[in-house]
Amino acid sequence: MFEALSHLALQQYWWIIISVLGGALVFLMFVQGGQTLIYQVGKDKDERTMLINALGRKWEFTFTTLVTFGGAFFASFPLFYSTSFGGAYWAWMVLLFAFIIQAVSYEFRSRPGNVFGARTYETFLFINGLVGTFLLGVVVASFFTGSQFSLSDMNEMSWHSPFRGLELLLNVHNLTLGIAVFFLARTLGLLYFLNSIEDENIEKRIRKQLWYNAVPFLVFFLTFIIWLMFREGYALNPETGEIFMQDNKYFLNLIQMPVVLILFLAAVVLVLYGVFISLFKKSSAGIWFTGSGSFLAVFSLFLVAGFNNTAFYPSTIDMQSSLTIMKASSSHFTLTVMSYVSLMVPFVAAYIWFTWRAINKKKISKDELSSGESHFY
Amino acid sequence: MLENIDFTLVNWSRGQFALTAMFHWLFVPLTLGLAYIMAYMETMYVKTGDPEWKRITKFWMKLFGINFAIGVATGIILEFEFGTNWSNYSWFVGDIFGAPLAIEGIMAFFLESTFIAVMFFGWDKVSKRFHLTATWLTAIGASLSAVWILVANAWMQNPVGTFFNPETARNEMTSFWDVFLSETAVNKFVHTITSGFVFAAIFVIGVSSWYLIKNREHLLAKRSIVIASVFGLISSLVLIGTGDSSAKEIVKTQPMKFAAMEALYEGQTNAPLVAFGILGDETDHKNLNADSEADFLFKIEIPSMLSWLAYGDPDRYVAGIKDLIQGNEEQGILSYKEKIIRGHKAQQALRALKEAQKTDPNGEKAAALKAKFRDPEFIENNVQYFGYGNFYHPDPEQIEKNAFTMVPPISMTFYAFHIMVMLGGLFMALFALFLFLVMRNQLHNKKWLLWAAVWTIPLAYIAQQSGWIVAEVGRQPWVIQDLMPTMKAVTQIDVESVMTTFFLFAVVFIGLFIAEARIMIKQIKVGPKKKEDPNNV
Repeated sequence: MFEALSHLALQQYWWIIISVLGGALVFLMFVQGGQTLIYQVGKDKDERTMLINALGRKWEFTFTTLVTFGGAFFASFPLFYSTSFGGAYWAWMVLLFAFIIQAVSYEFRSRPGNVFGARTYETFLFINGLVGTFLLGVVVASFFTGSQFSLSDMNEMSWHSPFRGLELLLNVHNLTLGIAVFFLARTLGLLYFLNSIEDENIEKRIRKQLWYNAVPFLVFFLTFIIWLMFREGYALNPETGEIFMQDNKYFLNLIQMPVVLILFLAAVVLVLYGVFISLFKKSSAGIWFTGSGSFLAVFSLFLVAGFNNTAFYPSTIDMQSSLTIMKASSSHFTLTVMSYVSLMVPFVAAYIWFTWRAINKKKISKDELSSGESHFY
Repeated sequence: MLENIDFTLVNWSRGQFALTAMFHWLFVPLTLGLAYIMAYMETMYVKTGDPEWKRITKFWMKLFGINFAIGVATGIILEFEFGTNWSNYSWFVGDIFGAPLAIEGIMAFFLESTFIAVMFFGWDKVSKRFHLTATWLTAIGASLSAVWILVANAWMQNPVGTFFNPETARNEMTSFWDVFLSETAVNKFVHTITSGFVFAAIFVIGVSSWYLIKNREHLLAKRSIVIASVFGLISSLVLIGTGDSSAKEIVKTQPMKFAAMEALYEGQTNAPLVAFGILGDETDHKNLNADSEADFLFKIEIPSMLSWLAYGDPDRYVAGIKDLIQGNEEQGILSYKEKIIRGHKAQQALRALKEAQKTDPNGEKAAALKAKFRDPEFIENNVQYFGYGNFYHPDPEQIEKNAFTMVPPISMTFYAFHIMVMLGGLFMALFALFLFLVMRNQLHNKKWLLWAAVWTIPLAYIAQQSGWIVAEVGRQPWVIQDLMPTMKAVTQIDVESVMTTFFLFAVVFIGLFIAEARIMIKQIKVGPKKKEDPNNV
């Protein structure tokens, strides 16, 4: 059935899948956000153990989604993979190290004989939460602000900044998204704790912290968005295949793709509603609203970056090297194969949902810690 | 062309990949095998309701968890590295190589990570049967992830099911099933996964033996030894079978690797197999030339065995390293020099196409050149040697010299291969002996044998790493057999950046390794829980 689709339709289908994975990844970054709050929300050893165990049951989903996001990008848009990963070497390497240290921390933290002590592993979790969210936001912002690369006629990449990706940190617009993602992850982390832990003291502290994180998130996110609406963007002339600068390109994309605009506005409403009911209605379901809002916000931003004749990975120094989804994609054949594979995604989502419910149906409480039946971090 | 390559960069990039891949491979085999051993133990628990089985299962699960975490941590590195350090590679073959990586994520990693959470946290939250299912699914998920990465690797060793698209200057997939079910992929998967099973069996037997030496956990140790030795014995048989079929396939697809495995310089009929050998200093791939000869200080040979191993026929001719480089008309072997010239022509045609497209993208000249890459004769005679073109030089004598550099490190490949095979045989003998003795209840008083089992664990690590070396060092100088040499695949970056990340990885790995080893040993010393809570059985 996918064979019959045009190459362009497959490219668009895969850009949607990449956008879905990107959205899911940011939602699941509640794990990273939560990791940066262990000491602010948990004031004694038992409380911190509860927090870490609440996250410890979910961290692998985030990790796996990141790996799958990378793999799917590689399979469907390999020219992006070779250009960005090879070019922005240090940005990706720092991000990578932040995830290597996370993966062992849960398992090793409370084990006897762990050499470096629990505090070291908690610091690893903090670094992962800070660097993982912030840097990912910065790199994704470069989908709009551009990077310094050029491609040869054999599509071999040269990167023209000696800082190999770290130069992205010098762009203030990039930083606003990085900081916004960091505070969003913390907000989501708080809402997840609220949803999965039963403890009065912890709840009180969560609601207080929610103010300190949701407000900065909104400030930085809105700054990023408003700036984005006003900046010129990298547009593709579909007739000639040339890339040119267009004023208010990203604003135009929202207007010209009303469905995306509606999704984006719905996203903002959902994010705010989730925070609102957690602050004022004492509800513990905020994670589902703010979470799905975050998913939709990222999803629609990815569509703005890649659809409507836009270069999703622009080059600031050699504009014609900029990557569009058409230029960067795999062959028709490979995208077809991968499209069949994508049919598994709903099935995967279903069993994740099913097991999530089975594991989370009982909230984590102090009683559970002492039961000794389950595995504990 | 070779003058333009920065070999310091190539070597550091290779060094980093070897470091990260080999470190990752310290942990994966145990995950692959232990998962099934645990799943079997839990099945026994659910079937019999005997709480002792639950205790045994949970003990091995704890060790599994410690090992799994570090496997995950080191696995993500490899995925990133294809892009960060092998950027040209990622483009040149991304159309084929990316797909299995993505499928691995969607199909296997989610399965593993979802059900491992149920396995660890679900004991008192889900039913016994659901929990058992989760344990089995974790094991299957681990195996599935091995399937896809090995399919990707096999394709690099034997690139089938693709064609070269001059328009995009990359290889593109033409048949998914050819890639997925290639002989190389099937052999590689079955051989690697059963090696993981053997590894885990050795680990379980070694740890159980230690308990018997210390005179504790008798029931746990004996039950574990029975299961592990049966599992190990069956896996060993499959391992040997696929080792044999791999050899038969490598001699066809990667004859140079095969020759290096045996340090066979001159081809011959009735070729003998070196069962055991020590190489002299003259065995040096760096100064190889037409006069080089195999230099053994000592060797024990089995007559005609290599011909038999390669072709199932003792009279068959097996090509040596020098035959492959210099060619052998009688045996129909094309020389490397000829392949270099042919590959160079393919590269020239591509270059000409790009030049023609600059002036007139859809002109006649461009169309004619494009058509060339669809011409079966040109593909057969030139495009299939595309990578050889990178060793071209205008001076024919220099081409010959370059050809002699296109060999893998011979002694490393030779030793790795022989160590792997010998240890594989040793492990099988150990399984048989342990099974025999444990069934007759004579194991606990054979202290020396129990100690030997404990010390076999490090040997199992060595065997695993040797296997990696045979496969990956043995295929040099190719990253994609015949299509792309390793030196062309690297990301163009300052060598200092790669050196820095190399040492960062080294430091992090040393730290992680010390922590992991100490935690593991501590958990083994602590042992299983004293007793299962009777309310929860």
